[in-house]
Amino acid sequence: MNIVALSGSVVGSKTRTAINEVVRTFEKNYPEIDVQLIDLADYNIQFSDGRNYLEYEGDTGFVAKALMDADAIIIGSPIFQASIPGALKNIFDLLPVQAFTDKIAGIVMTAGSAKHYLVAEQQLKPILGYMKAQIVQSYVFAEEKDFSQKQIVNNDVSFRIERLVEDTYVLATTYAKIREEQDDAYDF
Amino acid sequence: MNRIDQSNGLEFGIYTLGDHLPNPHTGEHISAEQRVKEIIEFAKLADQAGLDFFSVGESHQDYFATQAHSVVLAAIAQATKNIKIGSSSTIISTSDPVRVYEDFATVDLISGGRAEIIAGRASRVGLYDLLGYNLRDYEALFEEKFDLLRKINEEEVVNWSGEFRAPLNDARVIPRPKEGKLPIWRAVGGTPASAIKAGYAGVPMFLAHLAGPTAVFKRSIDAYRAALTEGGHDPVDFPIATAGLFFAAETTQEAQRTYYPHVNEGIKLTNGQGFSKRAFAQGEDVRDVLAVGSPQQIIEKILYQHEMYGHQRYIAQLDFGGVPFEQIRKNIELIATEVLPAIRKYTKEGS
Repeated sequence: MNIVALSGSVVGSKTRTAINEVVRTFEKNYPEIDVQLIDLADYNIQFSDGRNYLEYEGDTGFVAKALMDADAIIIGSPIFQASIPGALKNIFDLLPVQAFTDKIAGIVMTAGSAKHYLVAEQQLKPILGYMKAQIVQSYVFAEEKDFSQKQIVNNDVSFRIERLVEDTYVLATTYAKIREEQDDAYDF
Repeated sequence: MNRIDQSNGLEFGIYTLGDHLPNPHTGEHISAEQRVKEIIEFAKLADQAGLDFFSVGESHQDYFATQAHSVVLAAIAQATKNIKIGSSSTIISTSDPVRVYEDFATVDLISGGRAEIIAGRASRVGLYDLLGYNLRDYEALFEEKFDLLRKINEEEVVNWSGEFRAPLNDARVIPRPKEGKLPIWRAVGGTPASAIKAGYAGVPMFLAHLAGPTAVFKRSIDAYRAALTEGGHDPVDFPIATAGLFFAAETTQEAQRTYYPHVNEGIKLTNGQGFSKRAFAQGEDVRDVLAVGSPQQIIEKILYQHEMYGHQRYIAQLDFGGVPFEQIRKNIELIATEVLPAIRKYTKEGS
């Protein structure tokens, strides 16, 4: 199984801190799994111009292909202007419309306060649904007071991340089995 | 200009994109030399079998071998006798219409008046960098160059100026094709928007439909005919060709088993995502355009499409994804002996 943990912002530290925790939890609980961390702050990504994702080069092509090759993706996103950052939306725009078919998507949202708790419901899930992801329904929401010095200081958030990782793993392995059975049912 | 005699029924043709992919059953990847030669042989078989049309596409990317499709068509023109030949499609956006016209007029002379041009915009965009064009001009390049191509076809001496090419002042574009003009089609993809443009402009439409419900593609056909009428043209004068995936074997099960790995692995390599097994399985239904199955099943589908569309030409893509030459030969044989006679019988005038 191939998992990508995506930190979906080029600024700030909370999302990256939470995604680091996601990666650590995967490595601790499921050491046999290949988890790749992609922090958009580390890449120079061009805007989508509508071409097929295989035709992007450099960082853009690398990130697009990594996401397309993943079986499951955990998306970390801060909240900017009552929505996800443009940098993250651009990643979705780079990919085909059904890019997340047969992929599991888990969500970690970070924010300054709880005021925008529903942004994942109203802004991110519709995009993932349109792109045909199997969404892990419960997401993790963490806010400013849960972080200090680039560490998660609220144990509850750590536990919630642990549950998200487990849910993502269980859904991904179960879904792979379902698909295999489905594909085997065909006569070709 | 329209060379289709509808009293003979629905025309049946073949197109190849010129893809050059490994055979997923064996892993064998033939050389580009062998692939190009096999495409020419393929055209000869189609000609000998009495098919109406054979066309070759232009794709400038990995896993393709007919970038210089007009050169391949020239060889096909020489190697065949009766079959009409064309492009599927010529990317007019990134070519000089004068050169394209010179090439195809020459192919027309070599073939004794059998050449046609199908002009498209390219679904992949790597060729814009390769050939030195700006992707931001995607729409404008096509519309301007396609208009110029049509003007050259109408007028031997051309006066023209535009944005993307040096002006033409009393320019004579020669040689002229055998009958003075070439049939020029507009290649149209999935959505009705492009079909509507073809209709307003009064250009024959070549509609690609790889898989999905026949009813969905009918929307583009209806939109095309409505736009023709609104644009002051008579839809009766404008032929429609539909083009889709095709694979025949003795039984539907055998066709699906043999063909699925070709289309699935081929699309994965060229587009990055495979063909879902469920969509492929649903494709068996007579109401889906996917022409994969026994000859009888394919006949029923094409006749169903003809009833829905009232189109003039069906074009099969049966070599995609590294289909080996012996299978191509087998398909042509099944078309010649079973599919074609039935389609002609049931679609010709008075049937």
